[in-house]
Amino acid sequence: MGFDGAKESFPGRIKDVTIGATAEQGGTRGKRVVVGGSNGLPFHKWESEMPHVPAVAMDVVDTERMVPDVLHGTLGALAKEPVEWARKCQEWGADMLVLKLASANPEEENRPVEACEALVKEVLKSVQLPLLVYGCGSEEKDAKLMEAVSNAGRGERLFLGLAEEKAYKSITAAAMANGHGVVAFSNLDINLAKQINILLLDFGMKPENILMDPLMAPLGMGLEYSYSVIERLRTGALVGDPVLQVPIICDCSCAWTVPEVLEEAPQKGPQLQRGVHWESITAEAAMVAGADIVILRHPETVAKVKAATAELRGGA
Amino acid sequence: MPTAMEIYKLLPKKNCGECKFPTCLAFAMQLANLKVALEACPYVSPEAKAALEESGAPPVRLVTFGAGESAAKTGDETQLFRHDKTFYHPTVLGLVLDCAQGLDKVRAGLDDVKGLVFERVGQQVRVDAVAVKQSVASADVFAEAAEAACSQALPVVLMSEDAKAMAGAAAKCKSRPLLYKATPANIDAMVEVAKSSGCPLVIGGAPNLDELGHLAEKAKKAGVQDIVLEPAASTAAELLQNMTTIRRAAIRKKHRPLGYPTIAVLGRSQSDQLRGALGVMKYSSIVLMDDLPREFVYPLMALRQNIFTDPQVPIQVKPGLYTVGEPTEKSPVMFTTNFSLTYFTVRADIEKSKMPAWLLVVDTEGQSVMTAFAAGKLTPESVAKAIETEKVKEKSKRNEIVIPGMVSRMSGKLNELTEMKVTVGSRESSGIPKMMRTLSQ
Repeated sequence: MGFDGAKESFPGRIKDVTIGATAEQGGTRGKRVVVGGSNGLPFHKWESEMPHVPAVAMDVVDTERMVPDVLHGTLGALAKEPVEWARKCQEWGADMLVLKLASANPEEENRPVEACEALVKEVLKSVQLPLLVYGCGSEEKDAKLMEAVSNAGRGERLFLGLAEEKAYKSITAAAMANGHGVVAFSNLDINLAKQINILLLDFGMKPENILMDPLMAPLGMGLEYSYSVIERLRTGALVGDPVLQVPIICDCSCAWTVPEVLEEAPQKGPQLQRGVHWESITAEAAMVAGADIVILRHPETVAKVKAATAELRGGA
Repeated sequence: MPTAMEIYKLLPKKNCGECKFPTCLAFAMQLANLKVALEACPYVSPEAKAALEESGAPPVRLVTFGAGESAAKTGDETQLFRHDKTFYHPTVLGLVLDCAQGLDKVRAGLDDVKGLVFERVGQQVRVDAVAVKQSVASADVFAEAAEAACSQALPVVLMSEDAKAMAGAAAKCKSRPLLYKATPANIDAMVEVAKSSGCPLVIGGAPNLDELGHLAEKAKKAGVQDIVLEPAASTAAELLQNMTTIRRAAIRKKHRPLGYPTIAVLGRSQSDQLRGALGVMKYSSIVLMDDLPREFVYPLMALRQNIFTDPQVPIQVKPGLYTVGEPTEKSPVMFTTNFSLTYFTVRADIEKSKMPAWLLVVDTEGQSVMTAFAAGKLTPESVAKAIETEKVKEKSKRNEIVIPGMVSRMSGKLNELTEMKVTVGSRESSGIPKMMRTLSQ
């Protein structure tokens, strides 16, 4: 008898990645956040090291368009005031912020680069949290936008996103110019996730400057695909594939786009609380599969997820 | 499963051929591949038979409770990760009803549970068990509550550590309830109740997994085969460690004393809800909770559906003509495939445009647009056929169909077959809102 044999160890280890820079490193953040570093399956504390619990990021979107009605009660006027929204996230206990510059999209508001750049500066001035900045998804616009953002955040060790297989050079060059990192995005496929990391490394990006986003599909909308892709990415890294030994970031705010959250449907319980559970369970699945950072939208989810990571981490 | 050589060593080695295979080795190879049953050999010794049955048993025993169509199946899992094959038996979710609240409350609780049924992506999902807990109630009240629960078409768990009360309650139930639970303090008496009632038994209360395995072995030797294990799970970390260790011991080490389904009995707090979701993902065969508010249980059931989806079979939506918003005769028609992820993505992007549309879902056996097109499962012919079967031309009088940009190559042929104007849409679903604005009104 005895189950020592049931303990499993792996040769690989996820790299430590640091987000944000304090005055000591030439930035102005109140603290830095380190993620990764684990050499075992998520929360398997009895057989491996997990030096950092998954960090909680909150997203701030610079356009009301992306905030569904169900969240208006929570975010209210904040949806129009990204700087104020960012301040609130700090109060709500976020470890870091993801500023999504969706309004730069030429198909939508088409906000000029200068205005976005000013917003980034304002957020950096108003909030002490480490910052990730995402572009609008238009390759051409993001090329200019990310260059401006990179300069605006010089010294802050931002992470810029999203670098994709078809559009990674300008954003990666922008990040490298000022010592920032990038978020490498791939579309629910373990091979594509590996491919974008290889492209970034070949381009000259250092591995400690990369976070990978393999696309978190929300609960009920393909979560199982993401769950398995993340599990496979993490085991691939642990058995020794150096290209995959990069922390994983999962955007769980996608829960607020799910039709089952956006419908009233009283037989499925009060809408807002259902949404909070939807986002929490999405995040829990992401973390159990291997996420090192989860991006959340609702403050109650933040509290739930923080309690969950503390309990999963246990006393040790 | 044992290898052919291991099996061969246990066979009579007569090469008599009565099993229809020329030699005992050939028969052993068939056995190892599960192609034949051991009964085909008339000369196998009882000892060999017992040994082979033991080693051929599944790593996690299948334990069923309840009766008829609603019976709950637990265990019989073969994997640690769903992507390695699949998880077979979705976590059974149950509500605990405490007899201390009185029989009326228990009866009302039974009705509540029966009402927790939802339709989700074409499947009926529900809370699938109910647990009746004696707590401070008398044995008579417990038995009466048990009887009321067992008369419903729901699998039942009886919860008491008093063997006498358990025997009384089990006697009132014809639907094979799960008995919860035997502990180091009452195991002998509880094993007797399980044996005489023929009910499966939960074993718990052990200080560690070694002890839990010993108790299970003890019950098995005394004649109880259908066992469910309850490891300590007072925190999420403990639940994860114990459930993972049990599943690994059973599957990787074929460690028989832990080769059983598992149960987690949780309360109603936020931490319990966290552990409930964790249990669904990490190897709890049964999760019982004191409270299942709709806004929590609905997403929890969505999680269960997701995790227990067979990764080898894509999830599909029913082919047909769907409405987005309230389309009229003037609204555009688009088509996509019946791979659920594709469908939901396309649907969400059409909704973003805030313009009503008809969405024709073509049967591609659950493949995405590009995969189905490459595999010949999405052809101008199949689209034309769907247009006809779904009477698309009657619903929209535009005489136009918008096709995914990825399959622009089918434009000509589709136009020929349907005589509809074919408009090539965006390559990516995300381009749909912009594309829709360019469609003539």
